[in-house]
Amino acid sequence: MKNLFLLYLLSNLPIFLHADWLSFRGTHGNGSAETNSISQFNPQSKYSWKTKLPGRGLSSPILVNDSVFITASSGPKQETLHILCFSEKKGDLLWERRFKATGRTICHEKTCVAAPTIVSDGEVIVAQFSSNDIFCLDLSGDLIWLRGLTHDYPNAANGLGMSSSPVISNGVLVAQVENDADSFTVGIDLKNGLTLWKKIRPRGANWTSPTLLGKGKLQKVSLQSMKGISVLGPKTGNEFWNYEDGASTIPSSTPIGQILLVPSKGLTALKVRPDQRSHTQLWRDNKLGPGTGSPSISNDRFFVINKANVLTCAKIETGEILWRMRVKGPASGSPVTSSSHLYFFNEDGLGQIIKIDGNEGKLVSSLDLEETILCTPALSEKALFVRSDNHLWKLAN
Amino acid sequence: MIKVNLIYLLASLIPTGLVAKENTSTIELIQPIINVKSKGVGNKQAIEAWPSVSQLPSSAIPELLSAMNQANNLGDNWIRGALNKICEKNPKAIPINKIVDFIKDDSNKGEARHMAFQIILSHQPMKANQLIPTFIDDPIPALRREAVAKILVNAKKPENKEDKIKLYKKALMKGREVDQIAEASQALEENGEKVNLTRLMGFLINWHTIGPFQNKDRNGFAKVYPPETRINHKEKYQGTSGSTSWTAFSTEDKLGMLDINKQYGELKEVVAYAETKFISKKEQNVHFRIGSKNAWKLWVNEKLLFARDEYHRGKTRIDQFIIDGKLKKGENQILLKVCQNEQTQSWTKQWEFNFRVTDLTGAAIHPMNSTQNK
Repeated sequence: MKNLFLLYLLSNLPIFLHADWLSFRGTHGNGSAETNSISQFNPQSKYSWKTKLPGRGLSSPILVNDSVFITASSGPKQETLHILCFSEKKGDLLWERRFKATGRTICHEKTCVAAPTIVSDGEVIVAQFSSNDIFCLDLSGDLIWLRGLTHDYPNAANGLGMSSSPVISNGVLVAQVENDADSFTVGIDLKNGLTLWKKIRPRGANWTSPTLLGKGKLQKVSLQSMKGISVLGPKTGNEFWNYEDGASTIPSSTPIGQILLVPSKGLTALKVRPDQRSHTQLWRDNKLGPGTGSPSISNDRFFVINKANVLTCAKIETGEILWRMRVKGPASGSPVTSSSHLYFFNEDGLGQIIKIDGNEGKLVSSLDLEETILCTPALSEKALFVRSDNHLWKLAN
Repeated sequence: MIKVNLIYLLASLIPTGLVAKENTSTIELIQPIINVKSKGVGNKQAIEAWPSVSQLPSSAIPELLSAMNQANNLGDNWIRGALNKICEKNPKAIPINKIVDFIKDDSNKGEARHMAFQIILSHQPMKANQLIPTFIDDPIPALRREAVAKILVNAKKPENKEDKIKLYKKALMKGREVDQIAEASQALEENGEKVNLTRLMGFLINWHTIGPFQNKDRNGFAKVYPPETRINHKEKYQGTSGSTSWTAFSTEDKLGMLDINKQYGELKEVVAYAETKFISKKEQNVHFRIGSKNAWKLWVNEKLLFARDEYHRGKTRIDQFIIDGKLKKGENQILLKVCQNEQTQSWTKQWEFNFRVTDLTGAAIHPMNSTQNK
């Protein structure tokens, strides 16, 4: 049964030919690198590096080809928007593009304008900022198009700052711009930046990110809000099904093929029916509610860190809790996983690697970066990438 | 893995070719980018023009900066993208002296001059540092800020109190941005000097208010109560607690904060209106600068300028919202609707605003009324 379920998961995951980390919480938006990775932090390794960043940021790095892409914001009002590309191997700055914010830049002190994470389809990158400026560039830093969604819709803003990271599906960029005043989600043509559709969304501050369900032409986009989940076709914005039992506005859902783990009433697992227009509820457990970070998966398990800094491992299929352990929090970023380890940083900059493939979790390595870390790391087969307001690190074995 | 995206490549090659036509002027090449409008209008044309624009030689940098004068904020960003790339490609060929001339010409738009300064700062920081003191009276806040920052740094150096005070006073008078004004005024007060921030920053502190009106389920934000259709200080209306009338309302807070709770008590799900007169000595374009963590609407001379339906997302800040507008010569009526919602947490009890009027450089404009911000 377990093998069958694993086979189901593998057959439903989109296929990428390389080990890039293309968006917030990985290529599939579920925190998993789907490969082995480091088992120890070794900042002294000749493969590790640390480099200075020109501005603040909570956004995660992403990995495309042999480059690391990241955003930052600087200036007295964080009005300067940076998009940076570093060599993955040595940490050299390959190029930097600077733009100005055309939307609002006021944020809560803890967050900043460079909060959303870049997304890539492997050929272009798209950077969105809290000011709702969006830039599409090729991998060499050449601008392809730009938009200013708060320039277009002046009330599209959140006084505390926005953080939703966009996704790409079927040549469409889906960007959530959800807030108290003018709340919407748009589908933007990746080729030219033109709006394909705009959907009015529930009014209310929303810091969650859209996620992708399924693969290929049948792939759907799941939007989360305080009302619940709305699953749309990326090309039209038409709704295929919804879930109206409410959901968190901070941690995001975690997709695994046709299953969606939704931070709702604790945690609720939904499975898309074969007709693609409805869902069944697999299970719900109010003890599995995540804190600020979103759940991540590894093989047939998922992992949640709650507000009390307890890491829980449970089965995706049933929600059965396998083990729990206390970790050192609090954490703002989400945990990420390899096939055998879980990685996360608390806000004080303490990185922790937990071995997760056994009958219990075991802390196997920790590292104090001595800077505030609020981001979700990126993971490759050979290294972990994490940033603060000042630095970007590659931490290899 | 190196993949070539044929779609993007073809899209960039087919319409314009790799190299611009010989007879096409730089400004003609840039025009589609200047023409970019909101909501993606003009994007296709800008994408077609991009390969030629981004491959312009370094000698075209002053023309690109000039083009920023005509562009809106979106076109401005397109041009920044081109400037980034051109400067990166051949940094030694950047025409520094021409860019300095561009900065010195204050007929150029502020954003363009600031961008020009950033190019100099990145490639010839010594030259940029020499320019900074010349920005002390610059109409562009971002450039002026550089000069004021230098004074604030220098003010920390002298051991002599009088020299210190002199520099902080200069920073205070020349500063236009809230953090720099706050730093200078705090330093002056620590050195025994009194600072009238209310006057300096031009907060409007004398108003008339009326309320409270109903805001159940936050519906009061959209509901049109009588003050939105006419202002008559002698009229009475039905509010949430019976008959309500206009009453004078002022503050002694040095940063002009008007706490409406003091007027009506700590209420929830309510709306109040605040009205004041601003006598302007001339017709002028201005910034109306509002701070409020409550939902609000602003009318000037009966015209709705902006509305913001958001509650308690962060604290009330000075200059939280900067609204473009116009004052006519003589009396202007400013009407603000400030709404309080249903939340009961301790951090949601504020029902407040601050308000000032500045010129486009950020300098306070004082009304000719005798009662405001003395």
